[in-house]
Amino acid sequence: MNAARVGLLTLMVVACIALGLSAGSVRLPLSDVWIGLWQGKGAAAAIVREVRAPRVVLAFLVGGSLAVCGAALQAMIRNPLAEPYLLGLSSGAGLGAVLAIASRAANPWAIPLAAFIGALAAVALVYRLSLVSGRRLDPHVLLLSGVVVGAFAGALMSAVMVLSDAPGVRNAFLWLLGGFGSASWRSLAVFTAYAVLPLGILLFHARSLDLIALGDEPAHHLGAEVDRIRRVVYLCTALLTAASVATCGIVGFVGLVVPHAVRTRFRPLHRSLLPLVFVAGGCFLVLADVVSRTAVRPLELPVGVITALIGVPIFALLLRRTLAP
Amino acid sequence: MILDAREISVRYRPNGPLALRGVNCQVRASELVAVAGPNGSGKTTLLRALSGLLPVEGGVVLVDGRPIQQWPRRLLAQTVGVVGQQEEAVFPLTVGETVMLGRYAYLGPLGVPGPRDRTAVQEALERCDILTLADRPIDTLSGGEWKRVRVARALAQEPRALVLDEPTASLDVRHEMELFELVGQLVQDGLACLVITHHLNLAARFANRIILLERGAVRAEGTPGAVLDRLTVSGVFEWPVAVTTWLDGSPQFIPLRAGENPSVP
Repeated sequence: MNAARVGLLTLMVVACIALGLSAGSVRLPLSDVWIGLWQGKGAAAAIVREVRAPRVVLAFLVGGSLAVCGAALQAMIRNPLAEPYLLGLSSGAGLGAVLAIASRAANPWAIPLAAFIGALAAVALVYRLSLVSGRRLDPHVLLLSGVVVGAFAGALMSAVMVLSDAPGVRNAFLWLLGGFGSASWRSLAVFTAYAVLPLGILLFHARSLDLIALGDEPAHHLGAEVDRIRRVVYLCTALLTAASVATCGIVGFVGLVVPHAVRTRFRPLHRSLLPLVFVAGGCFLVLADVVSRTAVRPLELPVGVITALIGVPIFALLLRRTLAP
Repeated sequence: MILDAREISVRYRPNGPLALRGVNCQVRASELVAVAGPNGSGKTTLLRALSGLLPVEGGVVLVDGRPIQQWPRRLLAQTVGVVGQQEEAVFPLTVGETVMLGRYAYLGPLGVPGPRDRTAVQEALERCDILTLADRPIDTLSGGEWKRVRVARALAQEPRALVLDEPTASLDVRHEMELFELVGQLVQDGLACLVITHHLNLAARFANRIILLERGAVRAEGTPGAVLDRLTVSGVFEWPVAVTTWLDGSPQFIPLRAGENPSVP
């Protein structure tokens, strides 16, 4: 990657973050944002420092993580339609989190763990369902299983939310729609703590992802330990998805839209694809969050609604392309 | 002996039928061994067993004298290169990047290629005569070029043995001959080579030895002249053939049409 490209990416990130800090129910001019960031006095400073800064940073990190999950899952099942939401990971994580809240485990550090268990259970179930005739994994069946398992987990979530009388369960309904309205420095810390390790491990496996994307047999012949790499990718994407869902609910399609957009422009190896996708995913979700805050001001739309509105047409486009002979 | 399968038996499913029954297959350095046989005779199964993809139920697969299960994956990839029958790119890279994937087994934990890796890739590209294609995306290649790229990727592994599964399937005459000539050159330079092929006539001209498989067992093995006689070939493939001898002394086959008599050329 050359210096010009890095400069362009940095500019893009700065512009997105600036927009994220300035837009909202109260519109702050950039000069106020700048002053508020560095001088901790007044209403503007309070909004920027305590409300918008953690929100924007969290949206950036969650967007980047979900996009990286999408790229890694796509390489592994060799299908550009794969992403955490469509593969049922997000709903599994959501179910885990809702069960944790319903059983009154209100500790914010425990909810991501429950979501992780839910995501792992969902991915195991999806994997099991899509093993056609013994061992062969059909990517299309895998996606279908993902959607079905996601629907099932969603139904269970609704049941738990209706039946439970634990405090916080009512709020879970809004939270599950996906949004950064409750973002705080603490939720940012929780997310970062859970996301750093899996992100690092996935980046470390960039070469292995290049090989896995060729298919199991060629990857094996070139020296990859296919089963081990598969386990690593499932664990890391489940953990990242769980951390995202636990902090900001179910936000779909980021893992689909962003790698697709990056791939239409570049044909990169995963060494450069993953960082690119991370930055682009971060910007995408920050912008989607800005739209969610400003589209029907003073109300807020769940950010998951915005990503779905953008994601579904792109899904349809990709579906046509992958199924075309 | 680089590749050495001794009396191997393979089953795909427990209690299923045996896909290979007591098959022997040895390949030495500087030797081209062709495996031929009808569809479903176990050729690709043999490749899978020899490359460690399928566990054997009976017998043993030795690579350089050591049982294949004891080889670490990376070390095995540095010793045996395999070009499978088909491969489809979902996320296309360039030719150069694809061949560089052959260096995976040599790269350090960060996966950054060094000068040694670039030289190996350069040599592999030159060997396969695709240096000019290095920057082309692989989804713009013809069938023949794509085969060469995959052979180059296997050569970038700097293996001592190369296993090719039907390398000339769907190639025209020129590309078919170019590929066999390339393999012949590599063998002359010391590589051990196992080629699975439907081309009896090419196998007869290029291979040092031929293994003829029939329903998962070895029907005949030896030099092309010794193995490929009219009765054996027509028996194994269940189709009448006539045989002639080419200038280099290799037997060449012509499948007969209904009603033709093999004794009248």
